Amino acid sequence: MNPKLTRRRFIKGVIASGAAATTTTMWYAANGQDRPAGFVERLIRINVNGQERSVDVAPQETLASTLRYKLGLTGTKLGCNRGECGACTVLVDDTPTYACSVLTHSMKFARIETVEGLEAPNGDLHAVQQGFIEQLSPQCGYCTPGQVMSAVGLLRANPNPTREEARQALAGNICRCGSYDSYLDGVMRAAEIG
Amino acid sequence: MAYMHIGKDFVPPDVAGKVTGRIKYSEDYTREGMVYARLLTSPIPHAKVVSIDASEALAMEGVFGILTADDVYPDGEANSTGLKILTNEPTLVGEPILAVAAVDEKTAETAIAAITVTFERLPFVLDPVDSLEEGGPDAYNGGNTFVFREGFAQEKWTSDQVASFRAGNEPTAEPAAELSYGDLEAGFANSAFVYETPFTTAGYPHMSMEPRSAMAYWEDGKLYLHGTSQSLTALADGMAGIVGVPKEDLVFINAATGGGFGQRSRAGSIPSMAIPAKLSQKINRPVMMRCTREEEFTIGGARQGFQGWIKLGFKQDGTMAAADLWIVSDNGGKGGGGDAFSATNAISIVYQAEAVRFRGVSIGSNTAHRGAQRGPGENQIAAIVSPILDKAAEELGIDRLEIRKLNTPQTGDVGGINRQPFTSAYMPEALEQAATAFNWEERITRSRQRNGTKVTGIGIGQGYHNAGRSGMDGIIMMGPDGRLRVHNGVGNLGTYSYASTSRAAAEVLKMPWDRCDVITGRTDNHLPITSPQDGSNSIFTNTRTCFGAAQDMLAKMKEIAAADLGGDSADYDVSNERVHQIADDTVGMTFGEVAQRAMELGGKYTGEAELPEELAEWTQISVSRLAGSGFMGVYHDPRHSNNPPGFTVTCTEIELDTETGKIEILDMVSIAECGTVVHPQGLKNQLVGGGVWGIGMSVLERHLYDPQNGLPASTGYWQSKIPTYLDTPLKIDTGWVDLPDPENPVGARGIGEPSMGSVSAALNAAISDALDGHVFNATPVTTDMIVNHIAGISEEWVPLAQNNFRG
Repeated sequence: MNPKLTRRRFIKGVIASGAAATTTTMWYAANGQDRPAGFVERLIRINVNGQERSVDVAPQETLASTLRYKLGLTGTKLGCNRGECGACTVLVDDTPTYACSVLTHSMKFARIETVEGLEAPNGDLHAVQQGFIEQLSPQCGYCTPGQVMSAVGLLRANPNPTREEARQALAGNICRCGSYDSYLDGVMRAAEIG
Repeated sequence: MAYMHIGKDFVPPDVAGKVTGRIKYSEDYTREGMVYARLLTSPIPHAKVVSIDASEALAMEGVFGILTADDVYPDGEANSTGLKILTNEPTLVGEPILAVAAVDEKTAETAIAAITVTFERLPFVLDPVDSLEEGGPDAYNGGNTFVFREGFAQEKWTSDQVASFRAGNEPTAEPAAELSYGDLEAGFANSAFVYETPFTTAGYPHMSMEPRSAMAYWEDGKLYLHGTSQSLTALADGMAGIVGVPKEDLVFINAATGGGFGQRSRAGSIPSMAIPAKLSQKINRPVMMRCTREEEFTIGGARQGFQGWIKLGFKQDGTMAAADLWIVSDNGGKGGGGDAFSATNAISIVYQAEAVRFRGVSIGSNTAHRGAQRGPGENQIAAIVSPILDKAAEELGIDRLEIRKLNTPQTGDVGGINRQPFTSAYMPEALEQAATAFNWEERITRSRQRNGTKVTGIGIGQGYHNAGRSGMDGIIMMGPDGRLRVHNGVGNLGTYSYASTSRAAAEVLKMPWDRCDVITGRTDNHLPITSPQDGSNSIFTNTRTCFGAAQDMLAKMKEIAAADLGGDSADYDVSNERVHQIADDTVGMTFGEVAQRAMELGGKYTGEAELPEELAEWTQISVSRLAGSGFMGVYHDPRHSNNPPGFTVTCTEIELDTETGKIEILDMVSIAECGTVVHPQGLKNQLVGGGVWGIGMSVLERHLYDPQNGLPASTGYWQSKIPTYLDTPLKIDTGWVDLPDPENPVGARGIGEPSMGSVSAALNAAISDALDGHVFNATPVTTDMIVNHIAGISEEWVPLAQNNFRG
């Protein structure tokens, strides 16, 4: 074997053998920074937290990317950007949705809610946020906005869930700190607060 | 003792920011003119960079610059283990080779694709025992192990020695390290039950939720670094050296960190933050480096896996007479930690073994960087020992709770290879409390009961970690508004200990919490040095410093009052935000007035004179910048003596499905023994969070590498099998002993790590119980292992291996 190996040649070899490692290139393409020559981007309007927002969206741009990097709504977190962890969960027409796994262009007729949109105009926090504070549900907090949005989605559909129903509803949200017990305590408290 | 704040819940100041999404992590920041860095990482597990041709890339529009190992190490890379900022000698797939800064990430990626890196490919190894065998590949350039103060070395066994180890026998090779106490031979001779077995524990990644993104810019000669860290001042102190900037010129900004678990406690475990710092310096622009999940996996650290041999001897009465361990630790691609020795120490401490010997060697593999991960060593071995303890109990006719009680550590005992006394130890109380909460006597009657395909298993386990340090500094300030400002250098990774330790200062001054501000989040808030927030130490270490700084302010308050109002300092006390005479509390000053007076007096009252001589350099810089700006309490904490332990006990009931191998945790109770409880909700979070980690270690988490190319196959959450809501019990019950430790002014010790060990120990014991006492001698115990055992097609013990399906 030739001991000299260029990175390109190596990658070609790996791809040819069908053992390609996960590439990150598509990830960044999805960040809306790709501007292929001759392609016309579209200025679209999306409804975020009750407001119509005009935003320049690339064809392959994810909703998480638009929210974070175009609209400055950094409450929506990216933990994995591959649909595994749920840190980017937002509500799309009341349904908890991984924002890293939907394209912004598919959101043109949807109602999107992020963690920034939960507070009342007078500053009162949503019951889920209050419940999470009272029970000290978050630890590091990075997964918390996603947990909040999944819980809000649950309580809209089922205002008085059992603990088991809450666990099932939040099962798509990973917490590496392992604060699941405290999040469930928070959801149950939120249901009491109403 | 009745406290105003200690032992009471409160709302930590950052929690509202977490539930609203307002609190900022490093990737949430932007800066005018900010550009983006991307990494070119090694596609092969062991190589040398022969040449880099970046000419095409650097000519591209929108590309601002490149950073290579030659830039960051102009005198050459250190010939040692440990993560590098960038390297020309990668020893694992994904190790950063160079970084490119460009107008956006896509442009940076495109530029990287145009860079030709020529690698000289070197032999690689994924399993340390493969490397141990004569003629086997070495993970590092210069050997397969690293000897402290000596450098790289080769550790080789004969093929026969390796084959014998793999066949389950005690290794016959010379260990790199050997430590012992007691008469081991006599211990085994006096034992009525001796159990000897090979064992493996898997390595696996930390997988913090927040990838280790960082953003940096330079302004007026200062470096502003937005990063991620589980320690604040301790990490910044080390990071200044890694970047090569004077400590006084580094502003480290880190309001919140998305998880650490041991891998973000010290600068050396996260040198990648220096990449945007150095690129920014080179191209004179703010640089953001966002990291992906895959990058967080490859440079984000992992637990050391063990391939070992253990022999435990028990006397007829159940006393652990002897413990003998031989452990080959997986040091991964960049060197590792001391997990194996800590594991042996933990057996000595938790089970009070009369004679103990540790032998071991740490061997590299071209896999993820290894380093401290939640209870490094103590927790791996807890899961291995617990089922063996149960086997001894069964053979000797002793109840499984009782055998733990009679071997338990308690106040006055010593523990560990160095036979160190405990500051205090209330493990008997913890065992009793757990047994009562779990209703052990009734539950144990359900052991091994069958219901269709389901079998009930009952388990009990204990966890331990050393839980306290000392020798750090404290600073508190007060202005004419009378508010108490506690400057706290503990990181914010979700334990809330930056806030809960600050309450020790409020306690001393009897300040209402809503009149206190915790000053933290960025180092230009002038913070004292503290120990890295690892090893479960923060509660013990920093209640001491905060308490001490408040004592200093209290003494100064009394001095000022006595000087202005008459009498002696001893005639004064504080209450209701006033310093006043004890005999007549109408004679006194408000805290605002005394702070105003302190500022008029200056000198020692405002940090301008008579400072503790032993203050760390970092603290001296902070004090010098605060000096004269307010009334200051400042303190250097002397060293404590003896070992402040953190202990936990867990009991669990599971149902094991003999058809699928799936286990369901029906009930789980964890009890903490960590001195006086400072913050109940925070303690509960550590108990349940550690418990989830224990479940992961027991039955789920492990590394997987492609043996042909050395590529990691478990870079994501899903492949790493991080526990989810559905892998964990619907409810984990918690409790605590809450007895004071004499070496801490509020009686407190730490607790972050042990509950992982006790849960894992209890869970593996419960699985063993459900399978009629079968001991797998491995973590994780996966469903396929269980099914194969039930089908009678498994081997007696799990074959030794690392970084694949078996290890």
